[in-house]
Amino acid sequence: MADNSENNAYWAANKRIIVISLVIWFICSFGFGILLRPMLAGIKIGGTDLGFWFAQQGSILVFLVLIFTYAIKMNKLDKEHGVDE
Amino acid sequence: MDQFTLNLIVVGATFALYIGIAIWARAGSTSEFYAAGRGVHPVLNGMATGADWMSAASFISMAGIISFGGYNTSAYLMGWTGGYVLLAMLLAPYLRKFGKFTVPEFIGDRFYSQTARTVAVICLITASLTYVIGQMTGVGVAFSRFLEVENTTGLLIGAAIVFFYAVIGGMKGITYTQVAQYVVLIIAYTIPAIFISLQLTGNPIPPLGLFSDAKSSGLPLLETLNGMLGDLGFTEYTKQTDTTLNMFLFTMSLMIGTAGLPHVIVRFFTVPKVSDARSSAGWALVFIALLYLTAPAVGAMARVNLIDTVYPNGTTEAPLAYEARPDWVKNWELTGLLGFDDKNGDGLINYVADKNANEFTVNNDIITLANPEIANLPGWVIALVAAGGLAAALSTAAGLLMAIASAVSHDLIKSQINPAISEKGELLAARVAMAVAIAVATYLGLNPPGFAAQTVALAFGLAAASIFPALMMGIFSKRINNKGAVAGMITGLVVTIVYIFLHKGWFFVASTASFSDADPMILSIKSTSFGAVGAILNFAVAYIVSNATEEPPVEIQELVESIRIPRGAGQAVDH
Repeated sequence: MADNSENNAYWAANKRIIVISLVIWFICSFGFGILLRPMLAGIKIGGTDLGFWFAQQGSILVFLVLIFTYAIKMNKLDKEHGVDE
Repeated sequence: MDQFTLNLIVVGATFALYIGIAIWARAGSTSEFYAAGRGVHPVLNGMATGADWMSAASFISMAGIISFGGYNTSAYLMGWTGGYVLLAMLLAPYLRKFGKFTVPEFIGDRFYSQTARTVAVICLITASLTYVIGQMTGVGVAFSRFLEVENTTGLLIGAAIVFFYAVIGGMKGITYTQVAQYVVLIIAYTIPAIFISLQLTGNPIPPLGLFSDAKSSGLPLLETLNGMLGDLGFTEYTKQTDTTLNMFLFTMSLMIGTAGLPHVIVRFFTVPKVSDARSSAGWALVFIALLYLTAPAVGAMARVNLIDTVYPNGTTEAPLAYEARPDWVKNWELTGLLGFDDKNGDGLINYVADKNANEFTVNNDIITLANPEIANLPGWVIALVAAGGLAAALSTAAGLLMAIASAVSHDLIKSQINPAISEKGELLAARVAMAVAIAVATYLGLNPPGFAAQTVALAFGLAAASIFPALMMGIFSKRINNKGAVAGMITGLVVTIVYIFLHKGWFFVASTASFSDADPMILSIKSTSFGAVGAILNFAVAYIVSNATEEPPVEIQELVESIRIPRGAGQAVDH
């Protein structure tokens, strides 16, 4: 078992990755899909506006990328800090 | 071969498969019964989570809701998928490391409080039981429509199947049957969608077809649909009519509610390692996304098909004569889900937005169920949709019943009533609890309380306002103590329930409602969107109370340290 400061550094790094991921999560769903949709109305995609695409399809694709990126980054972080199994 | 025989063969074959799996996956220990021995491969667990999560509502109703609601229903799509990001990053890995069996158990241990555990048990049972009623009625409906048996008989057959694999196999039996059920339901959902997408847009991939050009007009499909709807006086498909505030809060409530539903969380207790819990959440979303990316395409295309059927010469011309209606309209008229009322006596099906002039009513549920018939697909596809609807309802029911049974046997009997119970005794108690839960759910499915449809808001509200914040604070803060957590959970719970009751009536007695969702109490926040507000209050109260009272004991702070570090989760396998 690594010492306490090592564990704290691991936890801080984990939190940093989570915060960045959740900012993207928020912008692509609540942002592009709802709040910013009027501002994106000029950008057309497949017969409608970009906001509609994010609300019905784009956000889900972003969620998928986010989870797998998080899983891969955390596996690496686990190894770096010697807390993997 | 007639349709009935085909339905019988396909549904019968899937049921034989579930029973075969149940016999193979018997549970011999409490670890197998509660957590499938923690030996489930993350990809298989992802599939099982997909089946567990996607209920009769997702399979049967969602495409219809989107079809008639357009952009405004995006909250369901984002909410019911975005919650998995929260699960993967904020809850699943740490709860897996904790290495116990139930959600209330974590809350009880982390906040060193039986009160907190009991509040969690109450939330869990209320949320799961209200949710399971919908699944049981769904089983009954699917049986009666496709297999021509009485609703009651259908429900009893469904309950008997669940009883068989849930009581014998526990989480292990349920997990492997859910994997099979996922395969059945996703095939049943996507095949009709692929055919319809091909017919309308020439693109075989429905999510791409949604944003392609319609063959008929040469214009983009959504533009074509907006034009048709405009001609008939309906709101444009892509237009927002809900307020931004309500849509935001509704999406948020569904997301954190998803992440806080115990029957979903416990699925991540079944994988071998912490890293598996993270990737398994990703796989779960892959399998869920296959349906959730298809649903908006099905919704929009079905609306186009429906209008095309009624207005064969275009929306600016006269509609179809009632006598000339296609067979699928006749079939579904018999079920009462589709109706025609010739108000102006011209013999034509006038389908328009104006309620006084509209003569054609269509139930949401038809969109998925009648899809194969609308697209003229062969009989075996219709049989597959029947089997898929049953798989969706049964798999979700089993997951919910599992959550209820383990809360009773593990959190009430083992933890509070008889801590000295042997493992064998607890396993028996868990099986009895499961049997009782199935009996109660079957009874409620046969005699659904009038409020059954309303209670989904309650399930998500409770999970969002009470369980999710408690779990998250328990992991991310060492400072939140027993008093803060209990005060926060109760605040979130009470405020959310009161807000729902004020709008839906006390205990869902409609006449006692003081407000309506059309004109809500606070701004434009509907009762279904209030879970997010309850969650914020939960966080705030827990923070303030904890900081005003003493720090949690050292051993609790060490527990929090330990669940944050993945190493050592495998040891919990044998505990």
